[in-house]
Amino acid sequence: MARMIGAQMFFETLLDEGVDVIFGLPGGYVLKVYDVMPKYTNVIKHILARHEQGATHMADGYARASGRAGVVLVTSGPAATNTVTGITTAHMDSSPVVVFTGQVPTPYLGSDAFQEADHIGITRPCTKHNSLVRKTRDLPQAIKEAFHIAVTGRPGPVLVDMPKDVLIGEDEFEIPKEINLRGYKPTTKGHIGQIKRAVEMILSSKRPVVFGGGGLIWSEATPELIEFVHRLNIPVALTLMGLGAYPAKDPYFMSMLGMHGSYKANMAVHESDLIIAIGARFDDRATGGNFPKFAPNAKIVHIDIDPSTIDKNIRVHCPIVGDAKQILKQMLELIPSDLKIDRREWFGKIEEWGREHPLTYRQNGDKIMTSFLIDTLCKITNGDAVVVTDVGQHQMWVAQFYRFNRPRTHITSGGLGTMGFGFPAAMGAKFARPNEMVICVSGDGSFQMNMQELATAVENNMDLKIIVINNEHHGMVRQWQTMFFNSNYSASHFDVMPDFVKLAEAFGAKGLRAKRPDELEATLREGLFTEGVVLIEVIVDYEEMVYPMIAPGGAMNEMILEPADMT
Amino acid sequence: MRHTISILVDNEPGVLARIAGLFSARGFNIESLCVAETLDHTSSRITLVTSGDDWIIEQIIKRFNNMINVIKVQDLIEVTHVERELVLVRVESTQETRAEILNMAEIFRAKVIDVGPKSYALELTGDKDKVNAFIELLKPMGIKEIARTGVVAMAREVQNHRRGGER
Repeated sequence: MARMIGAQMFFETLLDEGVDVIFGLPGGYVLKVYDVMPKYTNVIKHILARHEQGATHMADGYARASGRAGVVLVTSGPAATNTVTGITTAHMDSSPVVVFTGQVPTPYLGSDAFQEADHIGITRPCTKHNSLVRKTRDLPQAIKEAFHIAVTGRPGPVLVDMPKDVLIGEDEFEIPKEINLRGYKPTTKGHIGQIKRAVEMILSSKRPVVFGGGGLIWSEATPELIEFVHRLNIPVALTLMGLGAYPAKDPYFMSMLGMHGSYKANMAVHESDLIIAIGARFDDRATGGNFPKFAPNAKIVHIDIDPSTIDKNIRVHCPIVGDAKQILKQMLELIPSDLKIDRREWFGKIEEWGREHPLTYRQNGDKIMTSFLIDTLCKITNGDAVVVTDVGQHQMWVAQFYRFNRPRTHITSGGLGTMGFGFPAAMGAKFARPNEMVICVSGDGSFQMNMQELATAVENNMDLKIIVINNEHHGMVRQWQTMFFNSNYSASHFDVMPDFVKLAEAFGAKGLRAKRPDELEATLREGLFTEGVVLIEVIVDYEEMVYPMIAPGGAMNEMILEPADMT
Repeated sequence: MRHTISILVDNEPGVLARIAGLFSARGFNIESLCVAETLDHTSSRITLVTSGDDWIIEQIIKRFNNMINVIKVQDLIEVTHVERELVLVRVESTQETRAEILNMAEIFRAKVIDVGPKSYALELTGDKDKVNAFIELLKPMGIKEIARTGVVAMAREVQNHRRGGER
């Protein structure tokens, strides 16, 4: 035991947690932490974000790319409220982000002091857990609990609020050896009776599909899933959050399902007699949102670590609560390794759907189609880069045309759909995986929401590629206006657009631009293989739309395949 | 369907707000709520009564279970249990009604806890039906003030496996 001040306990506990980078921005009530920080920066790197929302997305990107908790340090009031969008984004996609906020001294709590906000009250619905530390001696325990809660069970963001007097106060420092929370014991092992039932259901089914989600990635279940799928001869569709959990190059992969999923994946789910959902929560964007019409002939096995996802949107026949990796292992123990199940008829049907309406795109004269851009990007990088997207049309084209083969290489804001997420999240991903090519694919609208972080990227000499797709519109808004609002393009066009090349240069980054299909590949190659922060602006056809599309509230077989289908 | 939910929680600031937040987020109303320490001062028991679609109540209970500060949750609709509520009621009294009020209190085994020149204050314990019946009978005499605790409940030791069993 040693006596020290709270700010020092903060870093000593982060060291014990193995934290190597924190994303933050200093201010009034956390200045003592920043005062102590230089002693620790050889181990714990501090990345000075330009906005607290940026810092939170960076930590989120770091968490998703590494599987470890991302850490944020900000001050109180506006700094804390600026993190809320980032925290909610992480919450919706089950990402372990630990946010530390400064707070007014405890005697001033609730007095409307300068830069005071009720951080605990504000973030209660958007965190997995949060806590206010009241005494310096409690700080190590609160931090250890925060990390434990963030990364175990269904991961999620945790906020720790640290009043100034707690940070400057001195007390005995001791790292708690074990975290034992009586109200928190996540189930990891699956119920054996349910597992046996599920295996029987799978063995007797004729048209099964795997419906895989982001939980596969958090539980690192990819090797077990591949073995499971190959042994049982089952086709695989993944949700947006699941992409990467199963290799796209494997013939069992049917591409993404859902609102903009492939025709064959959606038809296969709709026509199946058994859905094996793993780490997915039957979100309305994944199912079409018409729950009564969802896969009418299918029985459903639902594997998820969070019991509250069971029966939430869709009634399931065989729930198994636990960790996906563990449960797949338990199931594989019950299935002979030389099992041969003939599903030629089922796979034949799926191939037919694939031939009828493949994921494809048309060229339009001398305009670049975004789908073509993503396809080209995939070819140049062999589908092996870490691609971080923003939100909108480009996000869907990345999901459709970038063929992800490894988990944690596709990073996107799925649940909350946060525009502005992509660029800072890509920076976080690059800190987590410094030796891999990290590409942010963003839209003109999304990029403008957090472009101030260009300064942070240049300041840290990052090797990061940003593709800004310029169609002069909020593209997905425009698409909905075309389809559902009689082409009334209200407020979806940008009359003024920055010169993104000059913008990059203003921040000290390199800027490039491609306008024509014939120059696209060369420009991409030049940008991707130039060291440093490179922004590649690509001018695209603003009229291109994302297909297939299940209109909101539709069933999975009710896809709009091209403009002619519209009534 | 009416549900009485018993929740054992950490006795810490903010826990009640977490519980209540789940209801407000769904646009659900809490009919009554009781919170007090248990024998162990580090935990409290919340007894909460709400009405709603069984499916949604089931979802809310699962979310309670997910909360770090929630130790145990039981939907008492699934077991035979006893429910009690305490009510304090101040009723107008005149020369004509005084005897009748006291008589009523006697029948319901209520206690007189305050006597004023123009009113009696009565205390009654019972299940919801008994409390409601008592209040209905007092209404014609003029109820000036009322304070109800909301329901507290406990599962019976011997279960007769009748869903929704009460008393």
